[in-house]
Amino acid sequence: MRSRFLWLAMAVVLLLTAGCAAKPTTPGTATGPVELLNVSYDPTREFYQAFNAAFAAHYEAKTGRKVTVKQSHGGSGKQARSVIDGLEADVVTLALAYDIDAIAGAGLLPADWQKRLASNSAPYTSTIVFLVRKGNPKAIKDWDDLIKPGVSVITPNPKTSGGARWNYLAAWGYALRKYGNDEAKAKAFVGQLLKNVPVLDSGARASTTTFVERQIGDVLISWENEAFLALNELGKDQFEIVVPSVSILAEPPVAVVDKVAAKRHTTEVAQAYLDYLYTEAGQELAARFYFRPRMESVAAKYAPAFPQVELFTVDELFGGWQQAQQTHFNDGGTFDQIYQPGQ
Amino acid sequence: MAGHAGRSAGTATSAPRVSTEPLAVRCVLIGLALAFLFLFLIAPVVMVFSQALGKGVAAYLAAVTDPEAMAALRLTLIVAAIVVPINLIFGLAAAWAITKFRFPGKNLLITLIDLPFAISPVVSGLIFVLLFGARGLAGPWLEAAGWKVIFAVPGIVISTLFVTAPFIARELIPLMQAQGAEEEEAAMILGASGWQTFWRVTLPKIKWGLLYGVILCNARAMGEFGAVSVVSGHIRGITNTLPLHVEILYNEYNFTGAFAVSSLLALLALVTLIAKSLVEWRSNHNPPDRREKR
Repeated sequence: MRSRFLWLAMAVVLLLTAGCAAKPTTPGTATGPVELLNVSYDPTREFYQAFNAAFAAHYEAKTGRKVTVKQSHGGSGKQARSVIDGLEADVVTLALAYDIDAIAGAGLLPADWQKRLASNSAPYTSTIVFLVRKGNPKAIKDWDDLIKPGVSVITPNPKTSGGARWNYLAAWGYALRKYGNDEAKAKAFVGQLLKNVPVLDSGARASTTTFVERQIGDVLISWENEAFLALNELGKDQFEIVVPSVSILAEPPVAVVDKVAAKRHTTEVAQAYLDYLYTEAGQELAARFYFRPRMESVAAKYAPAFPQVELFTVDELFGGWQQAQQTHFNDGGTFDQIYQPGQ
Repeated sequence: MAGHAGRSAGTATSAPRVSTEPLAVRCVLIGLALAFLFLFLIAPVVMVFSQALGKGVAAYLAAVTDPEAMAALRLTLIVAAIVVPINLIFGLAAAWAITKFRFPGKNLLITLIDLPFAISPVVSGLIFVLLFGARGLAGPWLEAAGWKVIFAVPGIVISTLFVTAPFIARELIPLMQAQGAEEEEAAMILGASGWQTFWRVTLPKIKWGLLYGVILCNARAMGEFGAVSVVSGHIRGITNTLPLHVEILYNEYNFTGAFAVSSLLALLALVTLIAKSLVEWRSNHNPPDRREKR
């Protein structure tokens, strides 16, 4: 008898938990508390944690509405894939425009999304720098030093990581300049560089952990903000930042995912969220987390924090992200041609 | 000869000693086993707790009671609470069907039950993204009905169900096969109904094996990483289970937090293991086949 009661109790628990679990999250009504999901890439974790709190306070003061912003982080390409597969992001803040283009390709937002916000929808920029071990034992000064034999280079996989694609194009762009726009020589240069990579992690953060925690590699090709963060979090006595002679202007874009926001009735607050990135408060926060601000006044204020470096853009050298993706990262592109694992 | 003598002498005492190896061999074997146990099992567990408490009890408590950690703990427990009972019923039904009936395709069914063991958990997760994702087979239909499966709790439950499905069935099938169906047949002949046979004859015979399966299934359901990682969407405070939350904290350089939350998982595992030891101890003291040793 007792065991039959046990069965009954288990069935009740089962039904209750199933009921709770299946209950859909209530979409934001016009006045009640509202929840946003920001699907972002790896190195923005700390920045958006601070920004979300600031935005929530700002928005409640302005409209009286409580807003909580939930975060999801991962490699940029992987995150875009998740949104396409149904992860309900109200806003996406990814590493590069191509990944948001892919979401637009799935019909979740219009193809001209990048024109909807100022500065190519990229409220902050960044660049690619090197992180080396203290004292720079391999004397790494510029991109040339990364292709020397015996130098172990850490960079993530361009197939899944947005940061890695910036790294790849930065190296390619450097070689183009060096060899007078000779594509074949640039390809050989990047191929040589990839030979020095012992492990391709799936995201920028995983690569940082490989370099910093697992102590693998002599140099990490990294987002500028990620390099500063590693320096601050893990000790200036262990690492140094090396700024190459020339690098790429990385423009991580942001966008409201129209279809999801419309369905969850969050369009207005999602828009306000992205707009807040462009305000002085938002720009200040970005600068404090080592993203280069767009607003002139904030940029001037934080200028000493960011090393001067000559930057080229994807549009200048590669004809935009669609074309860069096509040539370099799609199946059969230059990356597939030159990268042979285990060699 | 010596072995034979030793064995026949052993049978006379209450605790038979069948070991005839020289002392040295025994010491080496025991030493090896203990060293392995220490290096690969005890040392890491001790490491988890020492790292977790490395910055003091206050930091540990703060990390463990963090709302996102609590949400992850709650989700993990909810998932286990749904998955284990369902797999309990499935495992019983499957083992019952396989051992008590003859039907075509029985071997296929046994193979299918093992399928989740053979498939990498990451692939198991991807299967469900391809099935229930927005661009998957059932995606448009689910969306029209307003149901979220992938990147929500139901997806996590389903993929965990898949990964843990074999545990209970696999535990029960050999047990029930060895026990045979004679006692059930006798009960039927004596006029017991199906339910009576199950509750009074079968269940008492298999209850320890069943419990053991439940414990294994539960341990895996709480610890599953790969499949859950694929379908979770990693939304903090909503779809992160404990193992996923550990990874996030680790990647954010929050090592104390990562190990503190790991220690929660380790504690859950310890509770499970203690429950398992209790079950084993009790089943040794109440052998299910004791009635046969009249």
